[in-house]
Amino acid sequence: MIPVILLIIPLLTGFFLFAIKNERSAKSIALFSSIVTLIISILGITCMKNPAWLHYDAEWMPALGSRFHVKLDGMGQLLCLLTAISFPLIFVSTWYNEYKSASRFYALMLLSQAGLIGVFIAMDALLFYFFWELALIPVYFLCSIWGGERRIAATFKFFIYTFAGSLLMLLGLIYLYFRANQSFSLEAFYAIKFIRGQDTMLFWLLFAAFAVKMPVFPFHTWQPDTYEQSPTAVTMVLSGIMVKMGVFGLLRWVVPVVPVPSWQWGDTVTGFAIAGMIYASLVAIRQDDLKRLVAYSSIAHIGLMCAAIFATNKSGMQGVMLQMFNHGINIIGLWIVVNAIEQKYHTRKMSELGGVAQKAPALAILLVVIALANIGLPLTNGFVGEFMMFNGLFGSGKATTFSVVFTAVALISIILAAVYTLNMIKKVFYGNTTEVTAAGGDITFNVKLALSIIVLLILLLGVFPKPMLSVTNQISDAILGRMYYKH
Amino acid sequence: MPIQHYIVLALSLFCIGIAGVLARRNIIIIFMCIELMLNAANLMLVAFSKMHHAAWLADAKSVPSAGTDGQLFVFFIMVVAAAEVTVGLAIIVMMYRNTHSVDVNFLNRLKH
Amino acid sequence: MGNIIHLAWLVPLFPLLGFFINGLGRKSLSKSAIGAVGSGAILASFIVSIMIVMQVKSPGFVPSHGIVRLFDFINIDKFIIPFSFQVDQLSSLFLLIITGVGFLIHVYSTSYMHDEEPQHFGRYFAYLNLFVFSMLLLVMGGNFVIMFIGWEGVGLCSYLLIGFWFKNGDYNNAAKKAFVMNRIGDFGFLLAVFWIIAKVGSVNYPDVFAAAASLGKADLTIITLLLFLGAAGKSAQIPLYTWLPDAMAGPTPVSALIHAATMVTAGIYMIARSNILYTMAPVTQTVVAVTGLVTAIFAATIALRQNDIKKVLAYSTVSQLGYMFLGLGVGAYTGAVFHVMTHAFFKALLFLGAGSVIHAMQSEQDIRNMGGLKKQMPVTHITFLLACLAIAGVPPFSGFFSKDEILAGAFTVNPVFYYIGVAGALMTAFYMFRLYAMTFLGGFRGTHDQEHHLHESPLTITFPLIVLAVLSTIAGFAGLPEVFVENGHALEHFLAPIFAGSEKLKPAHHLDHSTEIIMMVSVTVLVLVTIIYAWTKFSRYGKTGTETAGLARVLENNWYVDEIYDAVIVKPLNAFAGFLNRFVERTFIDGIVNGVGRTIQYGSRQIRLLQSGQVGSYILLMVLGILAFFAIAFFVKK
Repeated sequence: MIPVILLIIPLLTGFFLFAIKNERSAKSIALFSSIVTLIISILGITCMKNPAWLHYDAEWMPALGSRFHVKLDGMGQLLCLLTAISFPLIFVSTWYNEYKSASRFYALMLLSQAGLIGVFIAMDALLFYFFWELALIPVYFLCSIWGGERRIAATFKFFIYTFAGSLLMLLGLIYLYFRANQSFSLEAFYAIKFIRGQDTMLFWLLFAAFAVKMPVFPFHTWQPDTYEQSPTAVTMVLSGIMVKMGVFGLLRWVVPVVPVPSWQWGDTVTGFAIAGMIYASLVAIRQDDLKRLVAYSSIAHIGLMCAAIFATNKSGMQGVMLQMFNHGINIIGLWIVVNAIEQKYHTRKMSELGGVAQKAPALAILLVVIALANIGLPLTNGFVGEFMMFNGLFGSGKATTFSVVFTAVALISIILAAVYTLNMIKKVFYGNTTEVTAAGGDITFNVKLALSIIVLLILLLGVFPKPMLSVTNQISDAILGRMYYKH
Repeated sequence: MPIQHYIVLALSLFCIGIAGVLARRNIIIIFMCIELMLNAANLMLVAFSKMHHAAWLADAKSVPSAGTDGQLFVFFIMVVAAAEVTVGLAIIVMMYRNTHSVDVNFLNRLKH
Repeated sequence: MGNIIHLAWLVPLFPLLGFFINGLGRKSLSKSAIGAVGSGAILASFIVSIMIVMQVKSPGFVPSHGIVRLFDFINIDKFIIPFSFQVDQLSSLFLLIITGVGFLIHVYSTSYMHDEEPQHFGRYFAYLNLFVFSMLLLVMGGNFVIMFIGWEGVGLCSYLLIGFWFKNGDYNNAAKKAFVMNRIGDFGFLLAVFWIIAKVGSVNYPDVFAAAASLGKADLTIITLLLFLGAAGKSAQIPLYTWLPDAMAGPTPVSALIHAATMVTAGIYMIARSNILYTMAPVTQTVVAVTGLVTAIFAATIALRQNDIKKVLAYSTVSQLGYMFLGLGVGAYTGAVFHVMTHAFFKALLFLGAGSVIHAMQSEQDIRNMGGLKKQMPVTHITFLLACLAIAGVPPFSGFFSKDEILAGAFTVNPVFYYIGVAGALMTAFYMFRLYAMTFLGGFRGTHDQEHHLHESPLTITFPLIVLAVLSTIAGFAGLPEVFVENGHALEHFLAPIFAGSEKLKPAHHLDHSTEIIMMVSVTVLVLVTIIYAWTKFSRYGKTGTETAGLARVLENNWYVDEIYDAVIVKPLNAFAGFLNRFVERTFIDGIVNGVGRTIQYGSRQIRLLQSGQVGSYILLMVLGILAFFAIAFFVKK
């Protein structure tokens, strides 16, 4: 029942908000709904261990062989929790952002949340696709209505990219549907027996679909543009949670379904992912816009996740699981900082900022912790995930012969990450104040609250990652089992 | 007469019709050419219908009207064509009233 | 008392608490409260450390008892990285140095930093406590991952403290440089850890060292080389040393604590800890020894011509660290650790003394503008002189014994190492006494305003100086060579269990006593001659306006290494990133994406022209289409 409740709360609240005229109360209702969702998702992880609570299966479209089958497994729990934590943080931290017709804004945000949760719990391919689009379509509107100056062009690019990805995915899913005797269920997909080589095409179809969403180099160019132009609240959703849809999609719908090509082509994918890491890190060094910098940093981190998936071992897999959560938390933290700066100083150009640490010491301290987590400093959550992923990448001798080279090259990114992150801290926070920053004050309480929660999570998960690891232990084993199964 | 003769005649009529439609700009002539094409088709229908009728009569089991449906179509076509002519001529008249011309190149409004 | 090792976690806990109290209360606490919390936390750690050392020294101590396991940090099925501490002779010795010297420097800082605003004062002590916490984690960590946590932690604190005065852009660049250079080293460290995990399946010291024998030669060599890369980053060795001189941008006590006494010795600690791996990898040993030696000489040459009091000390630190690596490289592990200890005392003293001078001179750091300070600052003067004697290696000061042990070790491996090492020692003596003479002797060369303000520093500053001066003088007696006293090397006996494995593998050829004495005497004589030369030459130093030229100028500009790095690495990398950003990203990839869009738009605009609106053309197209169908039906299908 839990997954259905998780789904219904944001969905109904979202529709309800369309009818609300009072913008102030719309905001409060949205926040309230997101907090209720959070409480329930925590219950879903901690209290309700009984499988019956985490599972719901009903008739949906019998003629098509599609069922309304939702389930919270370890990976779903983790990502639902991420979604559920993110939205209250986003709402709180952007509490004072002004939107025209705010009730519609919040309604679309909540619909997107419902779609996201749906994606993470769907066990039926058609249902998955349905939620995938449910999550994306509100974002198109959010970007194109509330975005920046070049929002239409950016949204268009985003739409074309993701829609192309969605269609590739649909194509792949339909192919699987016919191969699975006209069933969309995940179990049926797992049971398909491919003849050798037949599934390579399918692998690339599905991989391309999810690679666009993650995004993996060279499918990434929509991301900096979209992040730059979207309202920051939407950017948080996009980068904190939606890129995880891509990783999640790989882990649930590609790697276990077509294990043989995942194994065969692992090196190729890893090569691209790692090239992308270095590439994005280098490009990040040259960015002046804070949003673009964070966007490229995110691409670099996602590249590592992608590579670690194809390392095909426990360390890498658990690292990816953990890092999906950690990266979401960290990057939302970074966006909150960017948003706070933009709200206060009305610019995101690093060349115009400076000396913010004098004006906003609390912001500076919180940012430094988050930025350090972003570059994987020990005792922050970023370290644990990255350590495990690098270790997985290195220890993947079974899957690849290039593991040492891959790891060595990938590790260069931690040096580059230090370069661009410290550059950013230096240009924005240190030095003397500029004309733009001279007038500013410290951050408001809501931002402080949201960032403090994030910093607490960062430190907590950096020192005690074990509870998170145990949540995903089983599902990691299951996925790896599928990957090894046919060898 | 062998069927080939009819085919050649109908084809010639049809081609003349097409050539007229394509080449002429006077809408009345185009209209007449369309009629020509219609009649070419009618001619084919009648000719094949006669041929099939003759062939199927040789079969003992067949009914006397076997193979005559083509001729039936021709009546329908003529009736519809007549209806079309009334509408079409009306359009032409309206067009002439509006543009004082029967040149089809004036009617490039479809572009917009 | 019996269970004090199980309370070892208290040692890092106190500084951590101090960090949180000072960090969160920096706006509400008074300066004296902040100072008391900061120093008190370290003092508490120091007391616990002493108790731990007592326990470790007691005969009943077994290394396996020293492992304190707190909780599982990361677990991947059966592979577990515990959050554990390893308390043994080596780590307890470092605990003493860190908390002891750290405490003195905290006390010193309460006075030195007193002019800061309260919240920055609090921030300073919070960082300093965090640093001590990280450093303690580094040396106490029971496996390579926990060591790495401390390893990165000290790098972070170094970054924060170098950039402590964050309004200054140059300081920020120095801080950034330190962090990035350290990260380059971390790259090697991490890769080595992954290598160890892949080959051994564990990161705990006992497991790794036990498995060392079964590892292949190539694996061992690569692991040790990668670890050495990490050590070179942290301990400022060629080619990653350039951050350390720049790190002098931080407050002077920070330079004393982090960039002289403790953090930079992390690399030496790490190699000493994994000595068994290094002993089994002779190739790496040679690399370590040569790198150390080259760094020692190279940095010493630069120090000869520096005029900033802190820069001289910084290059001297790099040089001394080079000696320590030389010691590690030639297998004189005890000597290296010994030198870490003595160096911690006299270099901390030198920096603190320099701080006292800078304080008195109102932030003047150029020794050309000093001179004759011995009258106004007697305590600083005497302690500084003692430290100079110690670092120059004059018997019976501490530096003599530790440096001698390293050089003796080098002689047994390769006499060339020894001779070059001695040359470096002479340079050390020269530049230290150049520094001493220019600062304290001769006439005052500064402004009147400065002269008017000259005063001896308060007790909180001189007290640490005196304590450290005593330690610098007598610490050498912890490791008297066999030549003088039978079994006089207390430190060697204390550390014997740590290096037992390596000792067994090392070919035992000891110097005979007569050679050793000849070496000692000749080196001492040479050093004394150098000192007298420098003393006489620079005590009469007068301000000259002449520009230096030739080699001196190259040395003054640090061999132009920064410029070379900038031209060879930083600029090309930046240019490459710019190229990627501008051409590959914007023009190429985005160009393809936008190109596809534009092609489609262009195409549809062209195709639109077919819709001319002319009925005739539509019909023509229709006819052509029908004809095409006919053609297909007739020709293609058959």
